Amino acid sequence: MSSLQESRSSTLLLAGAWLWVGLPLAYGLYRLFLNAAKLFV
Amino acid sequence: MQHLKPCSRPLSHVCTWPRIDRSALLVTVGDKVGFLARERQVAPPGWNRWLVPPAALAIHLSIGQAYAWSVFKTPLEKSLGITGTQSALPFQLGIVMLGLSAAVLGTTVERRGPRWAMLMSLIAFCSGLLISAVGVWAGQYWVVVLGYGLVGGIGLGIGYISPVSTLIKWFPDRPGMATGIAIMGFGGGALIASPWSTSMLTAFGTTTSGIGKAFLVHGIAYAVFMSVGVLLIRLPSKEFTAEKAALLKDRPKANVGFNVSANNAIKTPQFWLLWVVLCFNVTAGIGILEKAAPMLVDFFKESSTPVAATAATGFVALLSAANMAGRFVWSSTSDIVGRKNIYRLYLGVGALLYLVLLTAGSTSTPLFVIAAMVILSFYGAGFATVPAYLRDLFGTYQVGAIHGRLLTAWSVAGVLGPLIVNAIADAGKKAGHVGPDLYATSFYIMIALLVVGFVANELIRPVDPRFHEPEAAGETGKPRAGDEATVAKWNEAEAADAAEKQDAEGVVKK
Repeated sequence: MSSLQESRSSTLLLAGAWLWVGLPLAYGLYRLFLNAAKLFV
Repeated sequence: MQHLKPCSRPLSHVCTWPRIDRSALLVTVGDKVGFLARERQVAPPGWNRWLVPPAALAIHLSIGQAYAWSVFKTPLEKSLGITGTQSALPFQLGIVMLGLSAAVLGTTVERRGPRWAMLMSLIAFCSGLLISAVGVWAGQYWVVVLGYGLVGGIGLGIGYISPVSTLIKWFPDRPGMATGIAIMGFGGGALIASPWSTSMLTAFGTTTSGIGKAFLVHGIAYAVFMSVGVLLIRLPSKEFTAEKAALLKDRPKANVGFNVSANNAIKTPQFWLLWVVLCFNVTAGIGILEKAAPMLVDFFKESSTPVAATAATGFVALLSAANMAGRFVWSSTSDIVGRKNIYRLYLGVGALLYLVLLTAGSTSTPLFVIAAMVILSFYGAGFATVPAYLRDLFGTYQVGAIHGRLLTAWSVAGVLGPLIVNAIADAGKKAGHVGPDLYATSFYIMIALLVVGFVANELIRPVDPRFHEPEAAGETGKPRAGDEATVAKWNEAEAADAAEKQDAEGVVKK
């Protein structure tokens, strides 16, 4: 595998790993702020 | 390794079995254990250390589900006909088991490595959910208590400490930030699980069949989610030693040139002072968290701008956000200002903010909300910064095991905090107190606890060198291969164990 391919697959792995945990966390935060907004309504 | 001599007759008659030397034995043991062997957990050259935080988060976001247990409480009470106290049992047992398993299994977790630990956490936590599904379907509530609380709780303990100690090894230059990310994930787990579990119960129904299905889906989904963490986690490699020296170049203070074992750590006053700091910081945070919604309503009951119950729900959500943000922000800040200074902030400013709530809290809703949010951010940060503080005091050698033992402070605080606030509020109501007066006594107690914690933090000094591990003590002051030395040490221990099991002919018995 060339170094370019290695670098690309390494970047993809990193992005995939962060998306794997980031997406559920983003969903949780979105629901949290919907709830928090009730304080100001 | 020697090879068998070629022969024309059956091997059993003429050929002697070759003796297996120690290096060959190591390979044999490693191959037998497969991808869980400690040497197989070491990162290959070029492994990006930023892959380790998502691996840790995959575990912490999952086990953080425990804090969303309340979603299941009412459906379980209605479908199985149990009381509120009974429905809280699986969570309570789970938290007790978290502390116990972290304390008891901490050394094993360090020895076996993070991949083994995270796999065990996955198996225990998800089995707990699956056993709960069976228990609900069978209408046997004790099965749920044992499944979720006992089995799942062991998964919580192992899963809590292992990613944290691995992150500390990968981020010697920013241990506070690294542990902040992971422990923020534990808080984030409830944020994800709470709405997700609610949606699932709405879809499946709140009968025993529906709750069982929800537990089943939780068990399977969390197993898939956590498995990515198991696959991604790695221990630092030899190659990382050179990089580590470069990383620490700009942060000479971040280097810890000694190690203290878990058994020795608990003999030091530093461990017990930190135990007091954590326990009282957590108790003070729980003081607000436990009664957040009614507290806000009570404080402004008599004012011209009373707070509605729905708005108080929003206040609880804001506190959760502050709790989570504090874990990352303050813990990362500790890498710059130092661990002792950051705890001075948590405990000292925390006490002052409680005083602000007491004296001026009822005059302004924004003031009350902001002060409570900052206190809660200190509460979360206390959890997140403590592993980095332990690493500064005791080194990285068995930091996970020491962290596990320190978590018993959390178990005590989990009982102490709610007990103080609820008992005093109940007594106040009986005495006819209303509004802020209901909470005055408990706030004074929280201030006193924070002051004691502050003094304990002030008393923390570097650990006496007589507790340092001998082989590392001489290396103080120069860049050292702490993690690699640890790997080598564990490998030697494993090889010695295996050698004991080898018989005279060199055959591995077990």
